[in-house]
Amino acid sequence: MRLSPDQMIFWQHGFFKLNATIVFTWALMLVLAVGAKLVTRNLSTERKRSRWQNLLEIVVTGIEKQIEDVGLQNPKKYIGFLGTLFLFVALAALCTIIPGYEPPTASLSTTAALALSVFVAVPLFGVEEQGFGGYLKSYTKPTVIMLPFNIISELSRTLALAVRLFGNMMSGAMIIAILLTITPFIFPVIMTLLGLLTGMVQAYIFFILATVYIAAATRKRKPKPAPAVKT
Amino acid sequence: MDSMTIIAVASIVTAGITTGIGCMAPALGEGRSVATALTALAQQPDASATITRTLFVGLAMIESTAIYCFVVSMILIFANPFWNHVIAGATAATGVAGK
Repeated sequence: MRLSPDQMIFWQHGFFKLNATIVFTWALMLVLAVGAKLVTRNLSTERKRSRWQNLLEIVVTGIEKQIEDVGLQNPKKYIGFLGTLFLFVALAALCTIIPGYEPPTASLSTTAALALSVFVAVPLFGVEEQGFGGYLKSYTKPTVIMLPFNIISELSRTLALAVRLFGNMMSGAMIIAILLTITPFIFPVIMTLLGLLTGMVQAYIFFILATVYIAAATRKRKPKPAPAVKT
Repeated sequence: MDSMTIIAVASIVTAGITTGIGCMAPALGEGRSVATALTALAQQPDASATITRTLFVGLAMIESTAIYCFVVSMILIFANPFWNHVIAGATAATGVAGK
C-alpha cells in the first residue's frame, strides 16, 4: 500500500532518486510560473482585457482582502509569500482530477518544507517590522515565565501545519485507493469530489494560519499608557 | 504467545481504538463549534464573513487532532517499525535455518 508519492520512483541513479513528489512539484511550479508569465504579458487597464487577466485579478484581490481582514495593514508586502503558499497548495489539490497524478503535498517532505518556510518567514517579517530587540521581546510578552512556552508553541505550530496538510492530502488519496479495490464505480468519484473540497479548504487554512502567525509577529504593541497623575 | 503475535495483536487493537477515539472526540468538538457559530450567525448576519472564516479556522484546528490519530493508525498498520523489525528477524532466522 503506497503511503506517499515518495515511493513512485521514475528514475534512479545511485543516490539521486527522481520520485513522483519531485516531478509533480516541478510540474506545478512550471504551470504556475509559465501561466503567470503568459497572462501578464500584455496587461491592460482599459475596459477591454483578456479573461485570464480578469481571473488573476479576482484571485489576487481576493487574497489581498483576506490578508487585510486578518489584520496585516500592508498586504502587498506579504502577498508574494502568502499568495504563493495558497496557490501552490490549491493547485496541488485541484490537479487530482488529472489521471495518474498524485498531489505532492501527500508526502510529508513537501508539507514539512512548506511548514519550515513559514517557520522561517514569521521571524523574518517580525524582525523587519519590529526590529530585532522588539521581536525578541515579544517572546517574553505576558511575563518572562512564558518564554519557554512561547518557544514550544512556535515549534508545535510548525509541526501542526505540516502534519495537518500531510494528513488531509494523504487520507484523501488513500481513501480513493482503498475504495477502488472495493466498489470501483460510484464511490471513488464521490470521494474524489470530497477530496477536492478538503484540498481547497486545507489550502485556505494553511494560508490563513500563516497569515495569522505573521500578523501576530508583526503586531505593533501599543506602548503602555503613562499612569494617571493623581492631582 | 510469542513476541510476534503480541506485537501484531497490540498493533491491530491499538490502531482500531486510536481511529475510534480519534473520530469520536473531534466530531463532538466540531459539532459544538458549528452549533455556536450558527447561533452567532443567526444573531448577527452582517458579520457572516468573519464568523464563517473563524469557524473554518477553528474546525481545521480541531480536525488536526483527528488527523494525528489517523496518522498514528496508518503508521501502526502500514509502517510499523516493531513489526518490520520482528519480521526481519524471523526471515533472517528461517533464511539461516532453510539453508
